[in-house]
Amino acid sequence: MTALQLATNIPWWGSTGIKVGLGLAVVLAPAGLTVYLYLFKMVSFMQSRLGPMEAGPYGSMQLLAEVGKSLQKEDIIPAKADRNVFAMAPYIVLMSTFLMAVVIPFGPNALFTDLDTGVFFALAVSSISVIGILMAGWASASKYSLLGGLRAAGQLIAYELPMVLAVVGVVIQAGTLNLQQIVYAQIDGEIFGFGGLGLPFILTQIVGFGIFMIAVQAELTQVPFDMPIAESELVSGYMTEYSGFRFLMFFIGEFATAAIFAFLASVLFLGGWAVPPFVMDILGIDATSNWFNVLGPLVMASKMLLLTFVIYWVRFTFPRLREDQLQKFAWKVLIPISLVNIAITGTLKVAF
Amino acid sequence: MSDFLRDYAIVAIFGGLAVLLVGTFIGVSGFIRPNRPTKAKVENYESGVDPVGDSWSQSQIRYYIFALLFVMFDVEAVFIFPWATRLEAYGLFGLVEMVIFIFILALGLAYAWRKGVLRWV
Repeated sequence: MTALQLATNIPWWGSTGIKVGLGLAVVLAPAGLTVYLYLFKMVSFMQSRLGPMEAGPYGSMQLLAEVGKSLQKEDIIPAKADRNVFAMAPYIVLMSTFLMAVVIPFGPNALFTDLDTGVFFALAVSSISVIGILMAGWASASKYSLLGGLRAAGQLIAYELPMVLAVVGVVIQAGTLNLQQIVYAQIDGEIFGFGGLGLPFILTQIVGFGIFMIAVQAELTQVPFDMPIAESELVSGYMTEYSGFRFLMFFIGEFATAAIFAFLASVLFLGGWAVPPFVMDILGIDATSNWFNVLGPLVMASKMLLLTFVIYWVRFTFPRLREDQLQKFAWKVLIPISLVNIAITGTLKVAF
Repeated sequence: MSDFLRDYAIVAIFGGLAVLLVGTFIGVSGFIRPNRPTKAKVENYESGVDPVGDSWSQSQIRYYIFALLFVMFDVEAVFIFPWATRLEAYGLFGLVEMVIFIFILALGLAYAWRKGVLRWV
């Protein structure tokens, strides 16, 4: 009997307390891990340098040192800024991250909440961050921030559409919006009658997966799509006037959201917390087995690390797109392709 | 509370958790950080030179038509999701209906494209 199964037997306030603690872990731990592994170390090796080496073994405590540094930094708010809106913006950005994490399932019982509209909810709250970013850009009363905020708003709404439309293909195949049911649909799926692998939707929705990951890259304002915070022309875009811990909150929000999007993509396309059914047969457990409450989070963590690796790999490889190329790419390439993808998936679903 | 409300109570609690997290850290940092604002420090950053003109300067929002297009397609997404969930039950009828719907919307996009609003203006 695991701690997580115990959680279903204890009173609601007790399980909620556990969920709050685990929720903090789910948002902050992957963010810290990916920032250290990929943003500090991997990029250093790609650029033939060592990266942080002083704080802890191999610089692994570097992020804690950064938090300590940011805590002591003066909190400068520009005199002309709209103080309330300026202060509120990081809250809204981080709130969107936490609300997205709430629907991700990590095992048969290891989930925060089981909303029937899971995917739809996750996509809806992911776009709340646009409001926070626009608030930050506008309230800073700086020209760089204003331009960055406007660019961010234009980009985020443009890339939200391909993302939403790419997910529709998965919903058609699974026949449900509930993320937990989508995982079960992938376990029960068969490839031409062969059920050993299940049916991870990446096999049938490879186009949708590609569009989803590109849109994720743009939603995170990561490099090929980083016009909103383009250092060489806008200093730091909408974050220009933020300093100290408020800046760190934007930073954490960005990388935590990257990890949460990777979790979401692994649920939608890579089979979520489940392992392929033939592995289940070897281990002698089935999909509702309690073991998955322990194994599931580990499986999810590995899939998350794989997908975030791709996100950062692309980030450090590609040159930046120009603003008009970026918009053109969303409206003239991604949206038509995703509409065709929906039509084809629907036709095949009805035909078979 | 019913299970349904409890599911959404967790959502509300997680929203509060984000506020609490940011608030705690910024509050704690309030005790240890220095606060010595000078006139130059609270000036807006413009690469080192004194800021020129009003900060909320008039700027061209180049992609405002995209906001209208976005509303159109977002409403489409709201319609598509319930359809996608129940496609198996609707069968061929539902498929044809939705293909017509998507076709009309694609026509809207094609019109906007032809009109040149998807270009840098």
